[in-house]
Amino acid sequence: MSNRAINLLVPIVSVILGLVVGAIIMLISGFDPLAGYLALWNGIFGDLYTIGETIRQITPYILAGLAVAFAFRSGLFNIGVEGQLIVGWFAAAYVGMAVELPKVIHLPLAILAAAVAGGLWGFIPGLLKAKFHVHEVIVTIMMNYIALHTTNALIKTVSDGGDSTEPVFASASLRSEFFENLTDFSRLHYGIFVALAMVLVMWFILDKTTLGFELKAVGFNQNASQYAGMNVNKNIILAMVISGAFAGLGGAMEALGTFEYVSSKGGFTGIGFDGIAVALLGMNTPLGVIFGATLFGSLKYGALNMPNAAGIPIEIVEIVIAVIIFFVASGYVIRWLLQRAAIKKEAK
Amino acid sequence: MEYVIEMLNIRKEFGTFVANDNITLQLKKGEIHALLGENGAGKSTLMNVLFGLYQPEGGEIRVRGEKVNITDPNVANDLGIGMVHQHFMLVENFSVTENIILGSEPTKYGITNKKDAAKKVQALSEQYGLNVDPNAIIEDISVGMQQRVEILKTLYRGADILIFDEPTASLTPQEIVELIQIMKRLIAEGKSIILITHKLKEIMDVSDRVTVIRKGQGIGTVITSETNPDELAALMVGRQVEFKTNKGKASPKENILDVKGLTVEDYRGVEKVKNLSLNVRQGEIVGIAGIDGNGQTELIEAITGLRKVKSGTVSIHGKDITNLKPRRVTEAGVGHIPQDRHKHGLVLDFPIGHNISLQTYYKGPISKSGIIDYDKIEKKALEIIEAYDVRTQGPHTPARALSGGNQQKAIIGREVDRNPELLIAALPTRGLDVGAIEFIHSRLIEQRDNGKAVLLISFELDEVMNVSDRIAVIHDGEIVDVVLPEETTEQQLGLLMAGHHIRENNKADGLTKRGGDQHVE
Repeated sequence: MSNRAINLLVPIVSVILGLVVGAIIMLISGFDPLAGYLALWNGIFGDLYTIGETIRQITPYILAGLAVAFAFRSGLFNIGVEGQLIVGWFAAAYVGMAVELPKVIHLPLAILAAAVAGGLWGFIPGLLKAKFHVHEVIVTIMMNYIALHTTNALIKTVSDGGDSTEPVFASASLRSEFFENLTDFSRLHYGIFVALAMVLVMWFILDKTTLGFELKAVGFNQNASQYAGMNVNKNIILAMVISGAFAGLGGAMEALGTFEYVSSKGGFTGIGFDGIAVALLGMNTPLGVIFGATLFGSLKYGALNMPNAAGIPIEIVEIVIAVIIFFVASGYVIRWLLQRAAIKKEAK
Repeated sequence: MEYVIEMLNIRKEFGTFVANDNITLQLKKGEIHALLGENGAGKSTLMNVLFGLYQPEGGEIRVRGEKVNITDPNVANDLGIGMVHQHFMLVENFSVTENIILGSEPTKYGITNKKDAAKKVQALSEQYGLNVDPNAIIEDISVGMQQRVEILKTLYRGADILIFDEPTASLTPQEIVELIQIMKRLIAEGKSIILITHKLKEIMDVSDRVTVIRKGQGIGTVITSETNPDELAALMVGRQVEFKTNKGKASPKENILDVKGLTVEDYRGVEKVKNLSLNVRQGEIVGIAGIDGNGQTELIEAITGLRKVKSGTVSIHGKDITNLKPRRVTEAGVGHIPQDRHKHGLVLDFPIGHNISLQTYYKGPISKSGIIDYDKIEKKALEIIEAYDVRTQGPHTPARALSGGNQQKAIIGREVDRNPELLIAALPTRGLDVGAIEFIHSRLIEQRDNGKAVLLISFELDEVMNVSDRIAVIHDGEIVDVVLPEETTEQQLGLLMAGHHIRENNKADGLTKRGGDQHVE
């Protein structure tokens, strides 16, 4: 079989397998899989409103995926995207509501605040890794909890004991009248352009700049990078900061687009963790992240329609969605293994 | 004479490529039979055929006179054929015994019976004089010891025909001597050995007969005692090989590298380089001879900025570079062929083209204001690949996919192309075959003849003697003496490397002194 045929076949077969196994799960739970999948389809593509909402859901997934992928390409495993996204969310919402400025200043400032907050949240594990060799996985996981509870406390403080902040001023909002009219008043906002721009930014940094060359080299082999005169520590920290900034922007999408405020959370949003799967599905490439985020966002949003339209309990729905994603991921794993085997063979 | 293994007219094809063409190898019982060939000549392919990893397209294999069909390694095992791989197949954090029984764990009531296994390992170790502790953890023992574990593994599984694949590639000279003794002990205990190598000296030392293959063709089998290294090299390469490297007399000029009173500690804080002084001038090659682990690594790392200097100074052409960052050292005019090309020399997952620009990617003409021009990287790569005869499909091939010799040629191309004032070559020919070694030596001499300074670090006496204009012998972090190759014998050098002084009968000695400046006027 040619390489091209494999490339085409692997994702198709994996999606079909996922759908089949998902159907079996629905069947043995006593539900109609056809009705279930029809509801899923309608939940994603049913009308203009759902399409708008699906794209809105994809937006933060793109940024969370970029964050994980960027760190990965630099040889780092950023599990802290969730926390970086949460602090970004808070920072954008706070800047959006605390001051009122002309839109050309206010909106970029609020977005920037999210990137800076996320970047800072990435800087700490980066610094600890570079200077003291503390593993970034441990630090980033802990930073997630710190982010969650710190922002909850801050929300309480800025809202005088309330559970959520005031909405952001219109001058800081990503809301789009144009999209609202186009998609039957879905919450689709201009943030999708920010996300797509960041896809370009990641591609540009990794594939066009000297910095990207260094980040990738350090990711592959720190010893050789040091030998070649690269500042390994600087590159580790910078990779985490940029990764965190992408994640922070993901938070800004929620703060300035979808919700236009921030409320205290009982638990994690899950977007940051799903970002890991998004990045891996996209094989850590910028373009791949768009694909991964689209799959994730669509399934996650479309699934919301399954309990209503097909009467399938949300628990079963989540299992079905997880199974589909699982099989898609496995397909990539299988292909990845095949490619690695091919490379190893070549090496011999 | 009885043959234990006969591989007759073996042919192995990979697509249109013929890796083995009509090769015959006959192993007598109780002999050490060397299989000699350049890198890529087809030695490993032939052995993989014998070991059942590949199926031959033609020819037949007989074991103890009977025609066999070795379909997979288990069949080879059952026939008593064991392979000691070049890259050890050991689990680092398992014990010796655990590694040996891995895959065929003996059980008692369903529980792994390590105690009995350890006893059996101990008994085998004593029988063959291997001196291995069955309970030691692999990562705690030396490379030489790990290799003995590999040998034990084959013996434990009942092998009486052992294949050694390039067994000395990663060993120190002492470990090589010990390995040779072990091989002789194995023969005395009734085993037969096939030794795959491209090192002529080893073949002359241990083997009874040699089968030579060249570019996949069987060239023939000769009796070791009736041949000599020159003949073997010619058979292997297909032309006469110059062992004594051709070079004119050095005409050294100004001082380039000046190391004064250098003291360097390793990561544990142990002094590995002790108050060492050394100089290298334009137009000369200074060889550092010494046994592995006597401070060579730390010395190079200190000069190149990879390791902090505790005291003393390093200067290049009068400019102090002590404790500068690696990039500043590079820019001061130092080229460095690192001793471990996989660890330091290359980013193996990068294309070879990227690796060729690993020292220059950040500045013009490749990079301008932080934007990298990959077309320029590719252009430079093609230039180096051409000039240094790097055999690769192209600049986009991952460095990992190149053979060791071609990886090394790419590194040398990269370093020499920058035209450094000082070229540091650390073990530049480690693991390479005669042809590649010849090429690399001639490049080092070319640098010298262009008026550059070259510092060569090597564990191989022949290399130091042939290539250097002056030899500084290092022992326990100190330069014990500086001698001239033409006035020193290998024996004298060996004694110096072991830390003995030979002041009374060395003519060069009057011109050198310990500790201070070591000029040979």
